[in-house]
Order: sequence, then structure tokens, then C-alpha cells
Amino acid sequence: MTVSTVDVTRRAARFAVSAALIPALLAAQAVDRSKPPALPPAPPLRVPAVESTTLPNGLELVVVEMHKVPVVDVSLVTAAGSVRDPADLPGLATFTATMLQQGAGRRGALDIADEAAYLGASLNTAASYDAGFASIHVPKRRLGPALDLLADVVLRPTFSDTEVTRQRDLRRTQILQQQDQPVVMANLAFSAIVFGASHPYGRPLNGTQTSVAALTRDRVAQFHATYYLPNASRLLFVGDVTMEEAQRLVTERFGSWARGDLPPLADVAAPAATARTIYLVDKPAAPQSVFRIGEVGVSRSTPDYFALQILNTILGGSFTSRLNQNLRETHGYTYGASSQFDMRRTPGPFLAASSVVTAKTDSALIEFMRELTRIRDQAVPQAELDKAKAYLGLGLPSDFETTGRTAARIRELLLYDLPLDYYATFIPRINAVTAADVQRVARQYLDPDHLAIVIVGDKTKIAAGLDALHQGPIVYRDLWGQAVQ
Amino acid sequence: MQRIFGATRWRLVWAAGAIGAAVALATPASVGAQALRVPYRSFTLPNGLKVIVHEDHSVPIVTVNTWYHVGSADERPGRTGFAHLFEHLMFMGSEHVPTGQFDQLLEAAGADNNGSTTEDRTNYYEDGPSNSLALMLYLDSDRMGFLLPEITAAKVDLQRGVVQNERRQSYENQPYGLADENIIKRLFPADHPYSWPVIGSMADLTAASLEDVQQFFRSYYTPNNATIAIAGDVRFAQVRSEVGRWFGAVPRGPAVTRRPPPAVTLPADVYATLEDRVQLPRVYDTWHTVRAFAPDDAALDVLADILAGGRSSRLYKRLVYELQIATQVAGYQDGGRIDGKLQIFATARPGHDLNELQQVIDAEIRAIADSGPTQREVERAQNGIEAAFLNRMERVGGKANQLNQYAYFVGTPDYFQRDLDRYRQVTAAAVERVARTYARHAHRVVLSVVPQGHTELAAKEEMAR
Repeated sequence: MTVSTVDVTRRAARFAVSAALIPALLAAQAVDRSKPPALPPAPPLRVPAVESTTLPNGLELVVVEMHKVPVVDVSLVTAAGSVRDPADLPGLATFTATMLQQGAGRRGALDIADEAAYLGASLNTAASYDAGFASIHVPKRRLGPALDLLADVVLRPTFSDTEVTRQRDLRRTQILQQQDQPVVMANLAFSAIVFGASHPYGRPLNGTQTSVAALTRDRVAQFHATYYLPNASRLLFVGDVTMEEAQRLVTERFGSWARGDLPPLADVAAPAATARTIYLVDKPAAPQSVFRIGEVGVSRSTPDYFALQILNTILGGSFTSRLNQNLRETHGYTYGASSQFDMRRTPGPFLAASSVVTAKTDSALIEFMRELTRIRDQAVPQAELDKAKAYLGLGLPSDFETTGRTAARIRELLLYDLPLDYYATFIPRINAVTAADVQRVARQYLDPDHLAIVIVGDKTKIAAGLDALHQGPIVYRDLWGQAVQ
Repeated sequence: MQRIFGATRWRLVWAAGAIGAAVALATPASVGAQALRVPYRSFTLPNGLKVIVHEDHSVPIVTVNTWYHVGSADERPGRTGFAHLFEHLMFMGSEHVPTGQFDQLLEAAGADNNGSTTEDRTNYYEDGPSNSLALMLYLDSDRMGFLLPEITAAKVDLQRGVVQNERRQSYENQPYGLADENIIKRLFPADHPYSWPVIGSMADLTAASLEDVQQFFRSYYTPNNATIAIAGDVRFAQVRSEVGRWFGAVPRGPAVTRRPPPAVTLPADVYATLEDRVQLPRVYDTWHTVRAFAPDDAALDVLADILAGGRSSRLYKRLVYELQIATQVAGYQDGGRIDGKLQIFATARPGHDLNELQQVIDAEIRAIADSGPTQREVERAQNGIEAAFLNRMERVGGKANQLNQYAYFVGTPDYFQRDLDRYRQVTAAAVERVARTYARHAHRVVLSVVPQGHTELAAKEEMAR
């Protein structure tokens, strides 16, 4: 069933009702509702200026002034990402990030939490695959003490044995709880299946029960000493601050941070794609099946970045995207469906995702495959292309409305060595994408014959239906992506 | 503090569990010493529609934020979840806007939109470049004035399916996801409008009919039951003229009348156990308190923060850090427009049962009720609350929604500074008093959520206090 067409009957009914309202309309002003109002030209994008300087120890300081609200968002981007995890110790980078807040300088773990809260500051330390992060968002008038805290956390973490033990036990419990969450299960299994255990992106960011049990104070301290280096870090200030002020504050606190030699990082090739397979992770009694369908995609440095942004917006990156319209608005199988190219330093995953009602698991897979194939086989219509360009281009100013969102946009440039004036040319580059470009990148990067189809759901209710589709063999995996007997 | 427990129209799938980041860089919060001001001008159309305009020319964007003063509290028995289901239908086309065009037109103008429903209100917003104001008003006025001719049984069926999937995704397939509805039905009497969840029950969603939709629209989706806050890089005169143009002809509807909610009395503690597909047991303590902006609301917020707000709270320190018998603890005062509750929950570590957790929770409540918090604890909570205020000032969308909330809950849109002052005026003695009045000397609902087949892990009444 489709609800996207307006049939003659409905149009006639509409006319009858509007006739009844005509007196009211005339009584007010005549307003033409027959078509949407013509809009004046869109305002030009005003990207805030990005300034940069480098301290003698190699730490690059980047400042974006935004003076509307007296807050400052400070974030440090380091090389201490999970790609640096030793193969035998997945979870070390994220655990080290957690440990930064468990005692630093003269402060104990509870002191750090108390001080951050007292300053009205939000202090975060984390790691993604490609980078480690430490950030603090704080009212301007408490910026000095907030930077004292951030400097302690980054430069002088204690890593005491008792705190390592405490956080290790907590993390093991949190890993146990991952099996309660079907979305987390699907993400873990998908990464492991697509990249495999020999690739850093195939290993779990938070580690496994075994690897977490093996974490020690020495491994954490060594990781910190090796990868938290000023000459391999960038410190970003966004908000009610100037370069002059930031430079003074940072020099006082981070000026004596000692340089070091960053070990080279060998890129690991992604495993060869395998024939399309359905990987079923059993979740007894689940009312929905969680889908992650994808394969190895592209790196952030891809020359096809802009064409892929358009492609993804059309496929699954907006409410009116094909996947969401099909699976949700046409069929009602789900609350939402989407897709994403997760671009990293080396090629990250492409994936399409949704949670669908258990009884429609097989039907949903048919629709996923239909959309993933259609966007390769047919050029996208001009109106759909134009809408995607407008959504990305005209929507860009709102990404620079708050200090937090601006910082997120600028961090991406710092993380992937993109020029600081990148957004000045963003809109023309989006607008230059053609329908042929979209079809070309769809054919190049979406390969329906080699997709990993990961589904977390109740196997007793969905396996037979999936099998009958003949979309690929069904194999059973656990949340770690490992074979189940 | 205001918490949105409602249901939202849509979310990108990764909002909840990103693949690429273990601990997301959270969006932050902050504080200001100077007065908070959000200057506005307002006007009311002859049909009763109230409009609040706030100019902010810092970024060339505009937000149109509409509150209809209807929420799940206005639902009738047998139709729980209807206000939110109706919210979904508001995006399905109106007389001059064919199905699907609402979203298509906005995205083609570079704008985003969404809606959400709580117990008290339903809101709709569009955020986009400042040149798209007329389009936003055209679309919003068309669905306010001309919705019903376009609503069909097929559309109701389709969005019923979407909403039922929202319930599955956000509640049924989430660990502990059904706790809330099991608490509120025990805390509030059956005829209290906060006794059922915003998302509704599957059975009631199934029962909703086209006639219900028509009736609901005529009763509540009227200009005189709505307020629109428009904020951003626009001029008041332009807004006034555009709003008059698009909304002027929408006819006024009947006045909305509501009965005061029934009194809430809990004559004894209520214990209940829910078995769930979880690894670890969790206990929820919930007390009846006061509505948002009532005299004790701010002190209760501060109490919740001191007890269980983050890693500097007393219960985190005791349960998670020192004793290491819990993985997590959280708490908040949840005040709605007509009533409120205080809730604390904690999840046990393997090998620990919920009675151990309860004894610590009770001891910490007793300590604050007997001796009060420290001055630093009060200041710390106040600083965090101030920070959240400043954070909201960064977005025109945040300011517009808050203008609407103040207009509806306290009758004046620019209540920012007075709201903050409520928190600044909270004393340690006030926190001690509300801990005594609303928690220590009051009855509560104790819900234990335990792994299936392990009811022996539940908190037991004979072990308490």
C-alpha cells in the first residue's frame, strides 16, 4: 500500500470542504494556498573564522571566536585512538580515557567529579577508533579553573592500582550489560563481521571480558605516555574567548607538556569482501529485529566525499530519504530507517540500519535490498538531487549555531588534517555534484552482492522467513560476531 | 528540572548507539553571572492564536516552535497514546499540502522539523535558514486550519504501525523499558492523567479510530489552544504580517476545559516486581511530589542532584565508588504542569541484591533529612543548573521552546531569570525539609526489575528502613 499518491477522490473531497470555508477566507485576507510561497534568496553562509597557532612543544592551538553566550568549549584531539590498541588488548584506549578522570595531580577521582560539577562544567574523556578526546565545556568566568582541571587530567593522571581495579570491575559489568541492548549487540557484531579481528575497526572499542580483565596500571600508563603527546595533539577553543587569551591560558598550563616520538601507525588492509550472507544474532522474545546491513566503505580523505554525502542523504540520511520513506512511511515496518558512511582515517563502514517489527523482518530485508539496488541502477531524479543539495548546503549554518556543534564540525577538520577554511568551499562543492556522480559512487561503493546482513532478533520467529528469500546463506553469530554452534 | 519523557516523531537510528564512538563527546552545559534575558514581543490574533517573537540576528536561521496545549493528560481511558499518535498524523498532509510534501518542501529549503508529545503539551518545530519563514508558516497554518479533509483511515493505520514500532523500539525492546509505566500506574490513581504513559498501550493504539482523530482535532487543535514562538534572524514586523496572513483565517475553536487532577495519596509503601530480559536487577524508588514551578519544585531538583546526579552525588559515591555494589545510579524531580514525582534508581552489580542498594539509598535520604546537605553541595547543584540554562541560550530553538513552556506553565514567556532565581534561592535547610517531607516521611512505590525467573533478587518490604 502506498499513501504517497493523491487520488481523484481525495482531491474532490478537498474541494468540497474548502468551498465551505470560503466565506471565512474572504472575511480575512485572500491568501493563495494553492502552492507554497516563493521564498526570498537564502542568506549567505557565515562560517566563523578559524585561527591557528603552534606552541613551541608542537601543540597546535585552534580558536573560533563566538561571543553570543558567555561559554567556552575546549577540546583536545589526540592520537590516542583505539587503532592504537594492541591486538591482545582491545579497549585499552577507551579505558585509558576513562582512567584520566580517576585521579590526576593532587586530585582524587571524586575530587575531579566534584570540581567539574562545581564549575558547572561538562568534562569528558573518550576515544574513538581514530582519536582520543578530552574536553570541557564551561561558563566563561570559570574558564581558568576548568583549564587547570583539564590540564591535570590530560598531563598528570595518577592511574593508581586501586582506581584501575575499580574501573576494570565496573567496565566488566558494563560489558555484561551489553547483551541487554539489541542495538549495541548489532553494532558490535557488525563491526566484527565486516572488519574481522585482525583489523582495528573489527575490535570492540570497550574491549571484551577477557581483555578488560588483563588491563593493568602499567599498560595504561604506558599507553598514556606513548600517545598523549603535544606534537600529536590539537587543542580547540570555541566560544567567548580570543586567540590572545587562549594562547596565554594554554601556554601557562600546557606549555611544559613534553614532546615525544609518535610511533608510526601501520594501516591494516580491510579484509576481502565475502559473498552476501545473513548473520543472525539470536535475541529470544525480541519484539523487533535490529538490522545492520553494510560493508567496508571509504576513508575521510576520499575524493568522492561530496558525492557520497549527496548519495547518503538521498538513500538514508534524512527523513525523506528512500529507506525511511519506504520502510517507515510506506510500509510502517519501523519507527525509522537510515544509512551512513562512517568515514575514518582508513576506510570505515557503510551501513544501513533499522529496527523492524519481528513479523516483517523478511519483508523489510526485501525493501532494504530494493533501495540499495535501485540507487545503483537508476540515476536519481533532478528534484531529489536538488532537495539533497539544499538540505546539506542550506542546512549548514545551523551547524555553526552553538559552540558545541561548531566544535564538532571543526574537530573533524583537525582529526583528518583538512584545511581550516574547508567550510568556505563546502556549499559550491556540494552543488557541483551531478546525478551521474551519484550513480557512479553508488555503483562503486554499494555492492549488493557482498553485503553483510546482520540481524539481531528472535531466530525462532524470523529464520524461516529469511531463509525463504534466498538472499544469502544464514549463519548464526553471537554479539562478538563469533560463530555459534 | 524539566525532563522530556515524551515521544518524539523520529530520530536517526544512530542517535542511541553510535558505532564509532565508545563514549560520545557529550554536549555540554554551563553558567553565567549576568542576568539572563530573552527579549520578546508578542501579539494575539482575533482567533486567539498567541505569538511570541524573539529576534536573534547572530546566525541567519529561524525557528518556528508551536505548542498545542494538549498532551497525554487529556486522553480518555481506552485511548492512551492518542495525543502522540495524533502528532504523527500532523505530518501526513493537509488540504493544500499533499501527503509527503510537508517534509519534502522543508528539506528542499534546507530546514529540519520534528514534533514531540509529553503529558502536558504537543510541540512542533521547524528550524531552517531565515528566508524559509513563510514556508514554515504556510505549512503550519495549513495543518492547523485544513487538516481533517486529508486524514483517512489508511493514514491512521499507517502511523499506528509506526507508533507501535516506536513503542517496541524505545520501550519493549529496551532493557528496563517498561519500568516507567509500571511505576506511574501504582503512584497515581487510575483517574489521574499522569497514571498512563505518553506512548500509550498497544491495545489502546490499536483501538484508535478516524472518528477519534476528528474529535480530537476539533477539540484541541485550534488557534486559541496554541502558542507559537518564533525566534531567530527575523524582524517582528515581518513576522506579525506573515503570521496574520497565514493564520488569520483559521477559525477559533471551542474553549478547552479541564478538571483539576484527583488528589494523590499513597497510604502505604507499594512494592512490585517486574521480570525483564536483563542481566542485572534494578530498583526504582518513586515518591509523589509537586508540579513544576510549585514552591518546593526547585528544592526537590537540588535534592535529586545532590543524592543521585552524576559522579559527584552522594549515592554514586557510596553505591558505585565506595561499596561497589551498583553499576549506576540516577535521580531527578520530574515536575509536570499538574503534578510531579521524585525518582531514584540504581542497578546492582552481579552478586548483589536490591535490598543492599535500598539500605544505602535509605541511609543517604535519612542523612539529608536529618542533617541537611553541605553548603558546597547546594552551590554545586545550583551551578550545574545555571549551566544548563546558559546552554539552552545558545540555540534559538532552545529559547523558543522555553518561551513557550514559560508562557504555558507560568503565564509569562520571559521567565528565564526568575526561573534561575528559584534555584539560586534554594537553601540547605530547604533541601533538608523537602527530603523529610517528600521522601523520608512519605510513602513510595518500590519497583524491582529483575532477570526473568529471579524474583528472589527483588527489594523486600520487611528489609526496608
